[in-house]
Amino acid sequence: MAKKLVIEHLNAWFDNIQALKDINLDIEENSVTAVIGPSGCGKTTFVRCLNRIHEVVDKAKVSGKVLLDGKDIYSSDMDPVLVRRRIGMVFQKPNPFPTMSIFENVAAGLKLNGLKKKNELADAVERSLKMAALWDEVKDKLYKSAMALSGGQQQRLCIARTIALEPEIILMDEPASALDPISTAHIEELIQQIKEKYTIVIVTHNMQQAARVSDYTGFFLLGELIEFNKTSDIFTNPKDKRTEDYITGRFG
Amino acid sequence: MERKFDEELKELSGMLVKMGSLAQTMIHNSIKALVDRDRAMLKDVYTLEDSVNLMHIEVDDFCLKLLALRQPQAGDLRMVTAAIKINTDLERLGDQAVNIAQRTEFLLERPIIKPLVDIPRESTIAQKMVNDSLEAFIKKDVKLAEDVLTRDDIIDDINNQVFRELLTYMMSDHTTIPIAFDLIFVSKNIERIADHATNIAEDVIFMVIGKDIRHHIAIK
Repeated sequence: MAKKLVIEHLNAWFDNIQALKDINLDIEENSVTAVIGPSGCGKTTFVRCLNRIHEVVDKAKVSGKVLLDGKDIYSSDMDPVLVRRRIGMVFQKPNPFPTMSIFENVAAGLKLNGLKKKNELADAVERSLKMAALWDEVKDKLYKSAMALSGGQQQRLCIARTIALEPEIILMDEPASALDPISTAHIEELIQQIKEKYTIVIVTHNMQQAARVSDYTGFFLLGELIEFNKTSDIFTNPKDKRTEDYITGRFG
Repeated sequence: MERKFDEELKELSGMLVKMGSLAQTMIHNSIKALVDRDRAMLKDVYTLEDSVNLMHIEVDDFCLKLLALRQPQAGDLRMVTAAIKINTDLERLGDQAVNIAQRTEFLLERPIIKPLVDIPRESTIAQKMVNDSLEAFIKKDVKLAEDVLTRDDIIDDINNQVFRELLTYMMSDHTTIPIAFDLIFVSKNIERIADHATNIAEDVIFMVIGKDIRHHIAIK
């Protein structure tokens, strides 16, 4: 399989505190890569470096390369806004635009990008909601407030909003940690379905979730990538004792 | 950090060790009854079988609970899956001992056609294999487990030797056939005992280092 992202010698800082230390790893196209590790290990910082969101934090710094289809997203001729469009992100807490309807939430990004024709917008919204497995639940109330949806539905709406812009990669930062088990199962099922079209990187605190949804898993500790391997290997036979100790619940 | 789960894994380990020791006693007694022509040794074999069968169910039940409730990963997962498999081998060891006991009952009512030489030798090696595979399990000793594997061929050779020798008795005197036949089966039972010890040793290796060496196939 093709390498969608190649991360080389990635370092990240908050002011003078180093949050990531020399991370090297490849992310395969149309795969799900899980990033696990205890709180403060750098996993969220890591995914935020993959679409240049880290740098928007005051005094945050990045060095190293993140090659998207072979081209460094940090090179001077790359527009961070375009990078973020190609590499979308879904956050921990569902964050639909509170004053907008369900329809407008999904359409907002498209409108910003210049799509004006009503029928095209409607098609794109329907397609995205279907892809996010939310369409059947909301098709009769598209113009109701997004805030009227349940937490799980809101999160799928956020995924639909991300999908609407047709990104190539979707970064998910603990997308199900604020959801109940059934909504979590919905999101996990969704991840399995959409990976045919997208490359997914998911940060999760939930080890079983990583084991269930991902093809590859990276274990981070104190800003370092300790082990990266196929998920089936990581959860049956990890090579590093620190990985073993973490996933078997001996620390963290 | 010591986990509650570690206590449960120790408990699981303890159950298998106890079960293994019961199976070993069964094997020891059934062979001794045959070699010493001592029927009294057989009584315990049957009562111990009930205990082993009960533990077989208890261990599986305990493993199922651990899988469901602890959702073990990595080394823990390998430990629980190895325990499920070792459990089956231990139960089968008990079955083999019972088979030997039943054939011994028949043999003790009949004349001796030849002094037993190879069968005691075969059983000594097989019993040591069982003992060492269980010790390897307790100590998580990969070297000892590997050593057990090397002995399986010796057992196969003796089993073939027993068969060939008894065949000559049967050919020369057909009245020996029922006796020789049962002795061949006893030898085969012992050979199966060694196979179960081999299985346990293979499971121990997988449990400790995560390497599946069964059937000499390396799966990537």
